[in-house]
Amino acid sequence: MIQFADLYKAFDGKPVLAGVTLDVQDGETMVIIGYSGTGKSVALKHVVGLLQPDGGDVIVDGRPVSTLDRAELYGLRREIGFVFQFAALFDSMTVADNVALGLRRRRLSEDEIDERVREALALVDLTGTEDRLPAELSGGMRKRVGIARAIALRPRYLLYDEPTTGLDPVTSAVMDQLMVRTREHLGATGIVVTHDMRSAYAVGDRIAMLYEGRIRQVGPVAEIQQTGDPVVRQFIEGRPA
Amino acid sequence: MIAQLGRRTVDAVKAVGRFGHFVSDMGRALPDVATWGGLTVVQMRRVGVDSLPVALFIAAFTGVVLALQASYTFTGTVPLYFVGTLVGKTMMLELGPVLAGLALAGRVGASMAAELGTMKVTEQVDALETLAYDPQSFLVVPRVLAGTLMFPVIVALAILTGIATGWLASLVLLDLSTQEFLKGLKLFYRFKDTWFGLFKSATFGCTITLVGCIVGLATRGGAEGVGRSTTRAVVYSAVLLLVLDAFWALVLLR
Repeated sequence: MIQFADLYKAFDGKPVLAGVTLDVQDGETMVIIGYSGTGKSVALKHVVGLLQPDGGDVIVDGRPVSTLDRAELYGLRREIGFVFQFAALFDSMTVADNVALGLRRRRLSEDEIDERVREALALVDLTGTEDRLPAELSGGMRKRVGIARAIALRPRYLLYDEPTTGLDPVTSAVMDQLMVRTREHLGATGIVVTHDMRSAYAVGDRIAMLYEGRIRQVGPVAEIQQTGDPVVRQFIEGRPA
Repeated sequence: MIAQLGRRTVDAVKAVGRFGHFVSDMGRALPDVATWGGLTVVQMRRVGVDSLPVALFIAAFTGVVLALQASYTFTGTVPLYFVGTLVGKTMMLELGPVLAGLALAGRVGASMAAELGTMKVTEQVDALETLAYDPQSFLVVPRVLAGTLMFPVIVALAILTGIATGWLASLVLLDLSTQEFLKGLKLFYRFKDTWFGLFKSATFGCTITLVGCIVGLATRGGAEGVGRSTTRAVVYSAVLLLVLDAFWALVLLR
């Protein structure tokens, strides 16, 4: 279980998160929606300790992330797969090496690494791209390699940062299918940060809206679709103010 | 005015603190040999291949110019075989390490700052962290070790090249015989001339790569930030290299 417990974060004195409180239950996919620049990605990065909170904490299976020492933090990160907004693939490595990198850290045998790389690339429909460099791939393919890199680790938690941003509608739908398929395959608990409502409805069990540094509303997809909250309503319908 | 001075002092103290923190993080990563061991060999190859042509090119022309300038200065007053002395001493003690160092600050330091800066702004460094790699073990230690180990090798070859071209220039352009050149070269030679230059170049290599890594990993913003970091790395490395050069002369040559 992942708990955001009264999380505060400011940059250069400007508050971004102002008391985010949210529980993500085991096995569910929580989608965090919100306007650009409202701190969705900032909240997500606290889960893996990439950012230190100014107040509050993120608690993963009872472990407050900001209090973990380096070894404990790396132990936690081994249980979490993180898919970055622009994939964050290593330019100088082939697709296979990108996917294998996290596995090499786990001291697996080369045979097992090869097997897992093949399996992960097959799951994201990228079999045959093993020897290509990231620069030779399209944006959508790079994002799928990013997913393959995360799922190859067989993590308990999968975090997606804007997985469909910058993709055309068809590729976005493919990404949504992939996220659903991945969840079925791994049974992982997921957090998806997005402002793409079609994607949010397709992959989420529950949706939480982050607004002005706090969670404005959280609930199952159907409840959010029927919400009476004018701020949430305006956002999900994409109406200008 | 006083407020500005105060701010600058605080910034300078903060920078020293960040540097200390960075170096202590690097020390913490040293036991992780499994991560940095293989990568250091890759970086050594890269530093060597990247640096050798430019270092040898500079050394070759410096050797020729030194021989000609020495002859111009000595003619009629000092025996010409002192050309060998001047070329050898100057290449070993100063121009070999410093010119190669300055050239490599531009080549190696800038390339490391740009590479790590790009990795930083495209979240590749964060991705390493999420894969449970310490960026210090994966990125910094291999580069700094490679720089520290490879710079003396590059500088040794540059010194040999400079002396060789100085000898050739003496032979062809100054009517100096090989025996006379060698006589001058050996005249005031001390073993310290060799180790001083090579030791100094190891500290230059360490400094240039460390600055490249620190500045690269502190990059913020997009392409503009990477550009700023690259320039900064070259300027800081060059300044520190000259300060270090004076420091070692003061400490080891007095």
